[in-house]
Amino acid sequence: MVPTDTISAPQLYLQSLSRWSATEIAFWLATLLPFFLFPNYLSLASQIAITALFALSLDLILGYAGVVSLGHAAFFGIGAYAAGLFSKFVWGEPISGLLVAALLAGLAGYATSFIICRFRHLTLIMLTLGLGLLAFEVANSAHWLTGGSDGLQGVRIWPLFGIFKFDLYGYTAYSYSLAVLFLFFLGMRRLVHSPFGLALRGIRENLVRMPAIGAASRAHIRKAYTIAAAVAGIAGALLTQTTESAALESISFQRSADVLVMLVLGGAGRLYGGLIGAIIFMIARDQFSGIAPQYWYFWIGILLIVVVMLLPNGILGGLSKIFARWSRK
Amino acid sequence: MTEIVLSTRRLDKNFGSLVVARNIELNLPKGARYALIGPNGAGKTTLINLMTGMLKPNAGQIFLGGEDVTALEPQERVRRGLARTFQINTLFPGLNALEAVTLAVCERRNIAGEFWRNVAVHREAIEEAHDILAKLRLGDSCYQITRELPYGRQRLLEIALALATKPKVLLLDEPAAGVPQEESGEVFEAVASLSDDLTLLFIEHDMHVVFRFASHIIVLVSGAIFTEGSPAAIAADPGVREVYLGKRKHG
Repeated sequence: MVPTDTISAPQLYLQSLSRWSATEIAFWLATLLPFFLFPNYLSLASQIAITALFALSLDLILGYAGVVSLGHAAFFGIGAYAAGLFSKFVWGEPISGLLVAALLAGLAGYATSFIICRFRHLTLIMLTLGLGLLAFEVANSAHWLTGGSDGLQGVRIWPLFGIFKFDLYGYTAYSYSLAVLFLFFLGMRRLVHSPFGLALRGIRENLVRMPAIGAASRAHIRKAYTIAAAVAGIAGALLTQTTESAALESISFQRSADVLVMLVLGGAGRLYGGLIGAIIFMIARDQFSGIAPQYWYFWIGILLIVVVMLLPNGILGGLSKIFARWSRK
Repeated sequence: MTEIVLSTRRLDKNFGSLVVARNIELNLPKGARYALIGPNGAGKTTLINLMTGMLKPNAGQIFLGGEDVTALEPQERVRRGLARTFQINTLFPGLNALEAVTLAVCERRNIAGEFWRNVAVHREAIEEAHDILAKLRLGDSCYQITRELPYGRQRLLEIALALATKPKVLLLDEPAAGVPQEESGEVFEAVASLSDDLTLLFIEHDMHVVFRFASHIIVLVSGAIFTEGSPAAIAADPGVREVYLGKRKHG
């Protein structure tokens, strides 16, 4: 550590940007509330934590580097199937399953990143969409391996650390998902305040200027895309492990679109946007589908339209604007 | 003779039938203060784009410190000491000046790929960035987000970003473009105060500024070098006058 008296003002300023705020601490404490207030909803809470991790991974490339993807579920699905197959054919120990899933999804991300880093805008959206559809059809047609539309059978997960069984109530599931989410959130938080995080924001803010300051933007994009893919793979693996099943839905276009909607709802490029978006989206789905199972996207559609029209930076962006105005008064 | 740090050999570029650079031969000696002038559409910015690698020439070569850099990517040329600024602000609107210049310094120091440590631990890089900003009198507004900076300050930030790459050669594309005349002096004072070791080539339309700051002037017309020489020689050249008064036909 640098002694405090030698820290310059600009350095202090940059340090202050990554300081934990009271709101943040309150947010993470609140994630423990479901254990006490909604013990019947722990399975839902676990799904929310997993989706939030998935949204966080998309935020890294979309919110920070400005790389739009409509096929991010490919990596979620690769992670989901990798964890399922690993438990079926090797062993059911969950942590090693997560690592294998991260490795495979990361490799897939690294391989495709060479194409991704060359394009922007509509071309990029279509490319990621195409790659996502490819991944889906590969999973669909490899019936012998993935079980195709029947889903992967025979996923058996050992108790966590050999002690905590994945119970019906979701105690273990939520604890596990939340812990993994928090861990990766810490890593991601570190990353966005790092020199690399600054470079990603530079890419988002002005791709033309980057080479003029000597930056190899494509290498940065490849790295970010690989990390995002690995984290998405972890999220997919968590879903497989906590539900002891892997389905085609995990690698579908629907999932890619949903996570994009969540991120836009919550607010991209601010870490918590994906988390808030996932919470709102998943709870809305749970509640609305209870009212009218076939039409619940109607409400999501309305919510999305209202948010993008009134709050261009998502719910968090809107909130921070209101807060800024209020604190100025 | 002084060492030539940047030169071009028989540089040609055309977009279809439109010739934008024709047989350009240019030599920038170390520490030079060269002005590149010419009527609109003469190909001044194109020449900067060619030298920095943002455009690929159809023929010819570019040498930086004796090395042929014609095939190198723009960022590789920057890393070898060739920086530029843009006529139209090409900044990072959502970053503040300190973040933007720190980013450029991190890129040069090869630490921009580091994702496991907070940027705030890199004290030297941050202080270097802050020093550059302070020298350009941007120190007091370095925490302000770029898009909210007054236009004149954004022009200075253009230069700050280029300086953060520690260039040997700096190409300035109308550094005071769009700045009201009474303030444009401030931008050029900043340019004039740069180190004598730094080789400068600037595009500028204001002849008062050109004659005040340039030691040598290159006149570009229709993609070709029309003439070049000392400010006194250029001022006395009737051909240059014709070009500017529009008696000659040009693109």
